Amino acid sequence: MEKFTTHTGIGVPLRQSNVDTDQIIPAVYLKRITRTGFEDALFSAWRKDPSFILNQEPFNAGSVLVAGPDFGTGSSREHAVWALKDYGFRAVLSSRFADIFRGNSGKQGLLAAQVAQDDIELIWKVLENAPGTEVTVDLASKTVTCGNVVAPFEIDDYTRWRLLEGLDDIGLTLQHEEDITAYEATRPSFKPLTLPARTS
Amino acid sequence: MAKTLAEKVWDAHVVRKGDGEGANAQPDLLYIDLHLVHEVTSPQAFEGLRLAGRKLRRPDLTIATEDHNTPTLDIDKPIADLTSRTQIQTLRNNCEEFGVRLHSLGDAEQGIVHVVGPQLGLTQPGMTVVCGDSHTSTHGAFGALAMGIGTSEVEHVMATQTLSLKPFKTMAINVEGTLRPGVTAKDIILAVIAKIGTGGGQGYVLEYRGSAIRALSMDARMTICNMSIEAGARAGMVAPDETTYAFMSGRPHAPQGAEWDAAVEYWNTLRTDDDAVFDAQVDLDANTLEPFVTWGTNPGQGVSLSAKVPSPEDFGDENAKAAAERALQYMGLAAGTPMKDIRVDTVFLGSCTNSRIEDLRAAADIVRGREKDPKVRMLVVPGSARVRLEAEAEGLDKVFKDFGAEWRFAGCSMCLGMNPDQLEPGERCASTSNRNFEGRQGKGGRTHLVSPVVAAATAVRGTLSSPSDLQPAPESAALTTDAA
Repeated sequence: MEKFTTHTGIGVPLRQSNVDTDQIIPAVYLKRITRTGFEDALFSAWRKDPSFILNQEPFNAGSVLVAGPDFGTGSSREHAVWALKDYGFRAVLSSRFADIFRGNSGKQGLLAAQVAQDDIELIWKVLENAPGTEVTVDLASKTVTCGNVVAPFEIDDYTRWRLLEGLDDIGLTLQHEEDITAYEATRPSFKPLTLPARTS
Repeated sequence: MAKTLAEKVWDAHVVRKGDGEGANAQPDLLYIDLHLVHEVTSPQAFEGLRLAGRKLRRPDLTIATEDHNTPTLDIDKPIADLTSRTQIQTLRNNCEEFGVRLHSLGDAEQGIVHVVGPQLGLTQPGMTVVCGDSHTSTHGAFGALAMGIGTSEVEHVMATQTLSLKPFKTMAINVEGTLRPGVTAKDIILAVIAKIGTGGGQGYVLEYRGSAIRALSMDARMTICNMSIEAGARAGMVAPDETTYAFMSGRPHAPQGAEWDAAVEYWNTLRTDDDAVFDAQVDLDANTLEPFVTWGTNPGQGVSLSAKVPSPEDFGDENAKAAAERALQYMGLAAGTPMKDIRVDTVFLGSCTNSRIEDLRAAADIVRGREKDPKVRMLVVPGSARVRLEAEAEGLDKVFKDFGAEWRFAGCSMCLGMNPDQLEPGERCASTSNRNFEGRQGKGGRTHLVSPVVAAATAVRGTLSSPSDLQPAPESAALTTDAA
């Protein structure tokens, strides 16, 4: 995974709560078997509306999404993170993220920065009054800067460390393979196996 | 130290404690007992294994089925949609290559992944269960810790049979009392979500407790745990009891003989200790609960069926007000309209929330001997091929067909717009599924989440209805209240 330290890019104010992953990427795009090429799928239903924020310059070149509370609810589809990244987003700011979306973001190097709703409101105002204003997200100091607004954000330390170092999760876990093997030896025999297959 | 059910299951699966304390704590490495796989969230994970030259560590703890993309008609013909067909074929190739057991379309054990696991007896108390699908929370009904995960985590589980997880907070959902006739598990969970909101469970594992939960069947408990994710929770659980054991006994992969006795002895320890403390608690009175229905575009936007469509002005919070305004516009509803005046075009009985045999029985009991509103189309989609066979053995297919409903093959169907079963723009649906998001059931489609008996009553009257709104059926079809 690519390291994430700091990022500066145009902020996109998305004044909406409960942006679920079906909105971020509708299910019809989930039939693909690739991990890339989802930029056209991002918010595809909403992008049919000419007034949608990503259909307006300079927001269409944005890379920091500033959304309302409960971002990424619903389906576990990691495609939502892939679509945001493929479009060009590097960070999403919200006062509350759905757990699975937050986890998926951390795996893919998309920064899900939890910012207090009061600060989100201030950032929205800056971005709406001066479209094209850049937002800087600094992972080392856990601060976000937009115009005059400087706000702290929350992210769990483990995800932060992995992002800063650009570490691959599976590689990290496999360093403890002996522990996994030792655990497996202690599992009770009544726990089920899927093989050999038994059916009714 | 006293522990909750969730903490007991967690502690029993720690392969390696994370280093550090408090805010600096690293996640624990947890062992995964069962990995369920389907065609949508797995191709990129299998590809990741291939690119890294890794093996799938435990094919014998992994099982796959085809559900999201599959058609529910003409299942003996090649899938018409080429991208869907490719995705299904990719799953078949991957399962072959990595030695994973797969139940394909046409197989008696094929069906929605969350119906298949329990019906095979693979879902058992005290297990950790994961799947690249948010409704994995369903399996918590057995006292398992069951979580939806993303594709990167799917790959991680394939490679290591573990997941790195930060401990969750625990929330007790106490539901005391007795449900009234026509009120079901679906109404309990819709009411819980309306109460705590779509983010209210965020960071928590919910444990459903209380006399109303204990009285529920396993199918009903699965309905409740299934929608835990709709409250933002990472998982939902019910402690195992005699109801659980009775459901499991004799299932293909349930333990047998002395193994069964050893298992039950362990399962009996899977209760929250009396002096254990939850991080949060929510109480719901089952006695006063009414059938519940959603009016908006997230599962928290629900009211009693006897209520009216709310006004954005009813919400104090600015974000909630804006969300309500937007939802009413999308749903084509005016504030103040009685919910029961809302006419629907389609009724969908199915999905991992409500497609099990008891759901079908409960709906069949309502429609038996009655006539469907001719303007309404009704789809009945069993959760698995096995459920379909069971229903047909009981003659339920005939009940639904006589009523005028379409009797389909098993799959996710109209729960999500990924297969041929979709709503048209503007089409309104009473659906037993789990999400009323914009476009979820098809672009521009409008969804009202309901229980199976409300779905059935709605198909009779054409407007959102509860069973108590119906005239007695000519052949005295008794209303049953014990299911769904």
